[in-house]
Amino acid sequence: MNNCEETLIPKIGVITDVRIDTPDIKTFRVVTPDGKKAFDHRPGQCAMLSVPGVGEAMFSITSSPTNEEFMEFSIKKCGCVTEWLHQAEVGQQITIRGPYGNPFPVDDAFAGKNLLFIAGGVGLAPLRSVINYCRHYRDRYGSIDIVYGSRSKDDLLDYKEIIDEWATDSGVNVHLTIDNPQEGWDGHVGFVPNYVKELGFSTDKTAVLCGPPIMIKFTLDGLYSLGFEKTQIYTTLELRMKCGVGKCGRCNVGSKYVCKDGPVFRFDELDELPDEY
Amino acid sequence: MQTITQKQLIDKAVSLLESGTVSWVIGWEKGEFDYDITPAVFKNAEDVKEKFVWNDFCGANFSKYLIAQTGKCEGKILVFLKPCDTYSFNQLLTEHRFDREKVYAVGIPCDGMVDISKVKAVCGEGISAISCDGENLSVTTIYSDAPVLVKTEDALLERCVNCKSKKHVAYDELLGEDGDVIDSARFDEVAKLEAMTPDERFAFWQNELSRCIRCNACRDACPACTCEKCVFNNPNSGVENKAAANSFEEKMFHIIRAFHVAGRCTDCGECSRVCPQNIPLHLLNRKFIKDINEFYGDYQAGAEVGSRAPLVNYTTEDLEPGEIFDRGDLDA
Amino acid sequence: MRKCSLTAIDTVFAEIAKSMPLYLPVDDSDGSASYRKWEEGKAWSEKLNTVSSPKDFFFPQMENLMEFKTEGKNIEVIDVRNETEDFAIFGVRPCDVKSFDVLDRVFLSEPVDSYYANRRAHGVIVSVACTRPSETCFCQTFGINPGEPCGDVSVWKTEKEIFFEANTEKGAEFLKKIDGLTEECGTEAVEKQREDINTIMNKLPLKDVTTEAFGGGKTMDFFNHPAWEELSQTCLGCGTCTFVCPTCQCYDIKDFNTGNGVVRYRCWDSCMYSDFTKMAHGNNRTSQKERFRQRFMHKLVYYPENNDGLFSCVGCGRCLAKCPISMNIVKVMKRIGGAENE
Repeated sequence: MNNCEETLIPKIGVITDVRIDTPDIKTFRVVTPDGKKAFDHRPGQCAMLSVPGVGEAMFSITSSPTNEEFMEFSIKKCGCVTEWLHQAEVGQQITIRGPYGNPFPVDDAFAGKNLLFIAGGVGLAPLRSVINYCRHYRDRYGSIDIVYGSRSKDDLLDYKEIIDEWATDSGVNVHLTIDNPQEGWDGHVGFVPNYVKELGFSTDKTAVLCGPPIMIKFTLDGLYSLGFEKTQIYTTLELRMKCGVGKCGRCNVGSKYVCKDGPVFRFDELDELPDEY
Repeated sequence: MQTITQKQLIDKAVSLLESGTVSWVIGWEKGEFDYDITPAVFKNAEDVKEKFVWNDFCGANFSKYLIAQTGKCEGKILVFLKPCDTYSFNQLLTEHRFDREKVYAVGIPCDGMVDISKVKAVCGEGISAISCDGENLSVTTIYSDAPVLVKTEDALLERCVNCKSKKHVAYDELLGEDGDVIDSARFDEVAKLEAMTPDERFAFWQNELSRCIRCNACRDACPACTCEKCVFNNPNSGVENKAAANSFEEKMFHIIRAFHVAGRCTDCGECSRVCPQNIPLHLLNRKFIKDINEFYGDYQAGAEVGSRAPLVNYTTEDLEPGEIFDRGDLDA
Repeated sequence: MRKCSLTAIDTVFAEIAKSMPLYLPVDDSDGSASYRKWEEGKAWSEKLNTVSSPKDFFFPQMENLMEFKTEGKNIEVIDVRNETEDFAIFGVRPCDVKSFDVLDRVFLSEPVDSYYANRRAHGVIVSVACTRPSETCFCQTFGINPGEPCGDVSVWKTEKEIFFEANTEKGAEFLKKIDGLTEECGTEAVEKQREDINTIMNKLPLKDVTTEAFGGGKTMDFFNHPAWEELSQTCLGCGTCTFVCPTCQCYDIKDFNTGNGVVRYRCWDSCMYSDFTKMAHGNNRTSQKERFRQRFMHKLVYYPENNDGLFSCVGCGRCLAKCPISMNIVKVMKRIGGAENE
């Protein structure tokens, strides 16, 4: 009995690094006790992290699968598990299981395409994995545009990586914006949806959106007005999950389970689901 | 058999809707069979004429629905209240749980409501029709050619067997005659429990509560359980729980609930009526009522609006904790 | 087919109980029935069915999944799974047997739920035909024949005798245990009972309830139906329907600090509960209407869409009998299922 596999039983993970990204987001580096990656994943997939006695929650894996040493999770403080994690120090063990969900179609639908990533706030976290994957296999994709906005400069996730690595890549255009003017910021000021319209992207791109619902709504409107079709826009959803494998019933929307059939959806697929996510 | 007729209630509802006095009506809607009646909010006269029922199976107490429905309705809501329902109505008003101005309460006499499980205990499954025939229920089943007669008196809900009052303590209008408060035998069952040894009593509750499936129907139907966020639903409470981890927790849920509604419970009996496992939950609450009566003098929650219940009203004549403790000691 | 006299039934139970725990419906002190372990003196209930469904044998209301020991920054995961012993459930009604199919498709699909699979592999299901269905029964709506019990062993009980037939290898093994107490027989009495049951089924008040309007791919046909508001308006939001339902399978996973470690357990959950979909930063179903709709849409549309048209309801009638406000799937099907159900 104890030999048979059980997805609900997690592995041990060790936090080997904690990076403070923003006032309420930290990025945690996790490996197994013997220093390896807990499991392989595809960009956009998630993992269940838990703190025994506190609870278990689903997080997107923010590191790229091409990183063979460790996994990273950028986590915003907003509940019991995340609050506990934010207090954790290097060396702390947690539990980890996964990978769960469907990844972004990086090897088929995205292949050869010009890519446009649009993120708001902590919404960059799920996209970081796919962005870095596409940067790693740079020659498999066309141009890469990244529009990313947050409340303020301090709330921009992965700022150092964006400036030092992403923005210096050839063929990668980074467009940052913050909601309000701020001392020491000479970049764009304004909300993401408006910035997307201002930038006026051509429709030869495949777009990936992630951010707060209100940002998604207005950015979608903007993309439609630029001539984008639903079939060329992707997003990743987040609902309450417990099992991660489509059995506990919690993330059921229409006939789909977000944990198993998502979290990545194309907007025309979402049209077939009831508006309950 | 109810003295007041379905037609009288429908006529009243229709006339109040048509005159614009009320916008909605909370009433009973007929079901698939003659006994599975659903509380419903009727929003027009046609629906009332077509679906409203009043018979011996209209047990549901509508008072608690007023909290949600008065918040949704622009105008006034007509609510029909049986005598026992009026106590819950008053208690909720005492606790400021709904706006009295938004309610038009019509008191209706009640001759007792029937417990379908008691009917089935006599005539079995397969009921195809039930009609009221004076003192009897005439039950037709698919298994017998002739209807089986069940004395209504023998099939009443426990709370109706031990009816505490035929008197309406709140209404804007009364249909039919008002009755009196009844010197019922409702505390006899409690006395029986008190007469048991602690071990016997423990075994009694152990047996009853072992059937609990923690569906929360008792809590969700209870007019005294109106917390916006129940402690048992609150992940931050530390006691949030959907299943009893052990028999201790099983009992704790019900004991905590009984404590929480102590002094506010009107003994409406909805908890026991809705329990899918037929656990006599009302006995826990009734024990508290009996104790309160004995310690602090007779008190009926909901008898009047605004009364201060003994447990939240200190007087110098109050029993000292030591006396209560001693008495508890004797009980044991 | 084999048979024995009804008076020998306790001897049969005793014989089986020698080799494995045997559970069967037993009368409770409140007049209802529930599954209990057979022991000398426990009698097989005459009740049509138990209040709680037998899903609890395979998917218990509460079960420990694993334990954790923590020391400083370190965690140890303790696998508490154990091979279950063989057991038999006797007297399962055909509707409830069908419910195991519904649950199997959830728990035995990849990745297999090993907790459920373990119990399922060790349980022998002995199903019995229903000779006196209730007015709340509508199993035929879902293609179930109460005269044709399935499971590992089928049983028909007549006035004086009890007939057994094995349907699986496990069932044959089971019947071997009571070979000495039963005798080979013809099928006439069972045929007769099947006919009688058919006649009764045609008299049931809910015999015409149909699923015709429902099924996979119909989400948008029903999701925005105006009747959801009306149907759900007095729903208490309790979990009675889900907890007595043999096919409801949603669960929660929670941690419990024992003071001496952490136990991670799972327990039944209900889509009717206000916190079912609540996250730290929002809730995608905030009204009872949405939660109510979820339950019925799942049974009538979403589940069949994912499971070859199989509905997640077996017509056992428990929700009809037990909902505190007498709202139930039949009322929903009739109200939104169109003309076929009028």
